[in-house]
Formats: sequence, C-alpha cells, structure tokens
Amino acid sequence: MEGDISTLGQFIGAGLAGLGSGIAALGVGNVAANFLNGALRNPSAAASQTATLFIGIAFAEALGIFSFLVALLLMFAV
Amino acid sequence: MAQSEAATIVETGAEAAAHGGGSGFNIHPMDQFVVQPLFSDGAVSIFTVTNATLWMAIVVLATALMLIVGTRGRNVIPSRAQSLAELSYGFIYKMVEDVTGRDAVKYFPYIMTLFMFIVLANFLALIPGSFSPTSHIAVTAVLALLVFFGVTILGFVLNGASFLRLFWVSSAPLALRPILAVIELVSYFVRPVSHSIRLAGNIMAGHAVLKVFAGFAGALGVFAVVPVLAITAIYALEVLVAFIQAYVFTILTCVYLKDALHPHH
Repeated sequence: MEGDISTLGQFIGAGLAGLGSGIAALGVGNVAANFLNGALRNPSAAASQTATLFIGIAFAEALGIFSFLVALLLMFAV
Repeated sequence: MAQSEAATIVETGAEAAAHGGGSGFNIHPMDQFVVQPLFSDGAVSIFTVTNATLWMAIVVLATALMLIVGTRGRNVIPSRAQSLAELSYGFIYKMVEDVTGRDAVKYFPYIMTLFMFIVLANFLALIPGSFSPTSHIAVTAVLALLVFFGVTILGFVLNGASFLRLFWVSSAPLALRPILAVIELVSYFVRPVSHSIRLAGNIMAGHAVLKVFAGFAGALGVFAVVPVLAITAIYALEVLVAFIQAYVFTILTCVYLKDALHPHH
C-alpha cells in the first residue's frame, strides 16, 4: 500500500463521480415507470409514444454519462 | 496498486486453471479493447491496418451484403434475407418520418447508413473473439461529430441567421429568455459528447462485464457453472443493448435533424 495523496484523492473522486451514473439510473427508471403507468391506462396510445420514451430515456441518461465521463477523466486523464 | 491486484487475480485464475488441467487463464477485462496492428507489431499510425479497421471493414461488407442480397429478389412472399432488409428499411424510414417529419426523408440515406453501421458493429462485436469498434470513443465521436457539424451547417444553410432562434425560447417569459439561451447553448454543444459516450460507454461496459465474469469462471474451478450461467444471461441482455443503443443513436440523430429543419420552439 503505497502511493501519494493525490492518487488517493483521484480514486476517491472517481468513485464518487461514478455514483452519479447510478443516480441517473433512478431517472431512467422513473421515465420508464411513468411511461408504463400511462401506457396501461391507455394502451392504444402507447405504441405511438415509444419514440418519445426512448428520447426521454436518452436525455435522462445523458447526465449520468457526464458523471461517468468525469470518473473516466479522473482515472485516466488527470 | 491496481495493476498488482489485477496481476494477483490473473495468477489465481491461472493456478485454478492449472489445477483443472486446462491452459492458463489470462483474463483482464480491458484487454479486449486494445487496438493492435494486424500485419506488424510496431506502433499504430493513421494508416496502419489494425483489428479495429478489419472489423469496421467487415461491418461495412456485411451491411452491403445483407442489403444487396436482400433486395435482389423482390418476391411477393419475401425470403428471410429479403424480409430482414425490408424490415430494417421500413423501420428507419418510419422513424425518420415520425420523428423528423416528411420533409426530412431526403436525409434518410445517411440515417439508414448510420443505423446499419452501428447495429451491425454492435451485433458482430458480440461474436466471441471479435473486436467491437463502437466500444471506442474515437469511433463513436467521429459518428457523433459528423452528425453535429452536419446538423449545424444544415441549420444555417436552410434557415440563415434565424437558426439562432433555436436558442431564443419565444414561449418563455422575456426575463427568462437570456438565461434559457445560455442553457440551450450549453446543451447544444454538449450534444456530441453525450451522443458519442452513450454508445461507447454502453458497449464497452457490457463487454467488460462479460470479461469480468469470464475471469470469475477461470478462478472458480468446478463452480464456474454459476458465472457461466450469468454470462449467458448478460449476453442476452447485451444483444438487447446492442440494438437499443443503435436505435437511440439513430433517433437522437433524427431529433437533432429536426432542430435544424424546424428551429422554432
């Protein structure tokens, strides 16, 4: 177990940034859950809205991707 | 430190494999993404033929083969190849029409090309021992930047300076509009980043997880049945992810194209 304090901070920071990806999963689940909620109430309108579902998931996921990017930068670029 | 730990894992894996009588297991999750030259063992320059170029060429050939063979017959009752080609054509055509609008149909060939390249690259990367070009940010960033610059140039060519009204949300109260303009501007320039990393990150993470479980299988001996079953399940998930990520990349391209064609909120 050796290494300097900046490496320690780098790894801890990367781990903390990785949490953001997990929290983005909550957002994605929220989008999907609400879609299902609406789709079961009105199944005939559901099929036409799957594109909207995927766009919503993609936008919710984007912010998780940024925290993943921060983790990657901390691990490999700093 | 991380490297020595990985080395320990690899060693225990090799020991377990040696006890089982098989050859040594040397599984490191990220080794599968290494770009290697095919015909030499020197440095990789811009024109070196690597495993990445080989697999991208295979993807292009497979796309061409699938669509050419599929559209050659034109039977009323389609063969399997024909219905595959027709299904993928109709799927993307309908997506462009629904998301972007009828006037975007002239940009359909490019979107179809993007989708076929990404979906086949993802699927062929799932063949054990193959290489996944879309797991590299260098590949997906080129695809995303082409879309970004294409859409931006198209927006200015079609709309002139009024393309900038995309950032000026006319439905918001006047006092809020400058703040919203800043947010819209930032989110516009962040688009290629999320667009490319979403695809690369999903594919890379999926393949790395498969390799991590493969490492467990090497280290566990007889109990390798459990990780092998887990690999089977994750593999099925990865087949789904391979399609969904190609779909998401394509549909986001359509959404961005819509902004260029109709920049009014």
